[in-house]
Amino acid sequence: MSLVSIDQIHKYYGENHVLKGVDLKVAPGEVVSIIGRSGSGKSTLLRCINGLEAYQQGAIVVDSQAVEDDEYKLRLLSRSVGMVFQNFNLFPHMTAGENVMLAPKLVLGQDSKTSRAHAQELLEKVGLGDKFDAYPNNLSGGQQQRVAIARSLAMSPKVLLCDEITSALDPELVGEVLKVLEQLKAEGMTLILVTHEMNFARDVGDTVVFMHQGKVWETGPSDEVFASPQTSELQSFISAVL
Amino acid sequence: MSYQLNFSGLLPYLPQFAAGIWATIELTLISTFLGLLLGTIGAAGRNSRYRVARTLWGCYVEIIRNTPFIVQLFFIFFGLPALGLKLSAWQAGMIAMVVNLGAYSTEIIRAGIDATPKGQWEAGKTLGLSRRQIFIRIVLPPAFQRVYPALVSQCIIVMLGSAVVSQISLEELTFAANFAQSRTFLSFESYLLTAVLYLVLALLMRQSFAFAAKRLFKNPSL
Repeated sequence: MSLVSIDQIHKYYGENHVLKGVDLKVAPGEVVSIIGRSGSGKSTLLRCINGLEAYQQGAIVVDSQAVEDDEYKLRLLSRSVGMVFQNFNLFPHMTAGENVMLAPKLVLGQDSKTSRAHAQELLEKVGLGDKFDAYPNNLSGGQQQRVAIARSLAMSPKVLLCDEITSALDPELVGEVLKVLEQLKAEGMTLILVTHEMNFARDVGDTVVFMHQGKVWETGPSDEVFASPQTSELQSFISAVL
Repeated sequence: MSYQLNFSGLLPYLPQFAAGIWATIELTLISTFLGLLLGTIGAAGRNSRYRVARTLWGCYVEIIRNTPFIVQLFFIFFGLPALGLKLSAWQAGMIAMVVNLGAYSTEIIRAGIDATPKGQWEAGKTLGLSRRQIFIRIVLPPAFQRVYPALVSQCIIVMLGSAVVSQISLEELTFAANFAQSRTFLSFESYLLTAVLYLVLALLMRQSFAFAAKRLFKNPSL
């Protein structure tokens, strides 16, 4: 039984047909890397999974909940689906700890003591146990992104969507964020990432989805896809980025 | 040209001045509080997903910002009784000031809200927060902090503008000055003293806002 099931979705921005019948199934515990050139629709696909973008045709089901354009349903869905963004999107007026505590308090109704202890635990898990009281602008990009991951995990999601989460980081900070993802995979978290980190996709990811012109052009186990790409588009993409 | 300053002539009117200062402070405190509250609600209204709400708040803001304060005041005090709404000078002056600050601060706070990166809304949404929770907990505090200096200036303008409510016999500071001046003919002294008092009030207000900022905004550099 797949945790995320995407069935023939179509998405238009006005006249622009960005997703042209995309199918994707993600099993629990699977790590899926979506790769492709910019404009291939990979981020849009990711944003359709948690309803940040509406789609016009097809169906997405996550954890037996249909993703529909309905505010209440999307709020319920957001408990199962976490998301980490390219630009971190931490709340600048809150400390790292407060960022992590906010949603459990407001959405799950946790009391301060419980959510504080949980937040501390999560920050320790991403290696930032000593940064509970630091404000985002006093943290490095890599640290901010790790706080953002901890913030998503605080809602105990079943699947974590990562939208180019290392693209805004200085090269030397990428490793610390990828290490957290590896750790999450080891714990059995389901991850769907849009990424430019090909080494990570190949070595850590289970499945690679290559998107091209709004379609899933090629997909398969990551080692196979990278070792022997079937289509000329993927061949040229891989030779361009690796 | 020689003029002998005669401040001692104003001594008998010090109680009036003191009462005037107090009235001005009271007017300012209440109208600042209620005006900023109205402005915050207004900024939310201008950001509403309902078109009617956006349009109505827009009309309110434009009407107030494009008419003179004294006309607004006279309309409330002298005009509304024609509709059967009879207000005391205090009530009318207070309403005029609140409504005026409400409109200007709506626009100021809205500017702060508009500067919020889209990602802040999205992050809130993906965490399962409601629109209202995102607005109050995530969007509003930094927006408020961004435009705080402009809001402070606007509140001071409203405090200074309260001089106008002396025109409906509200016995605030300018009313006291007019009163003393008309009795003593010491115009120079009366208005010099009054100007200095307003200046002191404005500076005190600025200090208080700066003090409040330290407690309100825990991350000063955002």
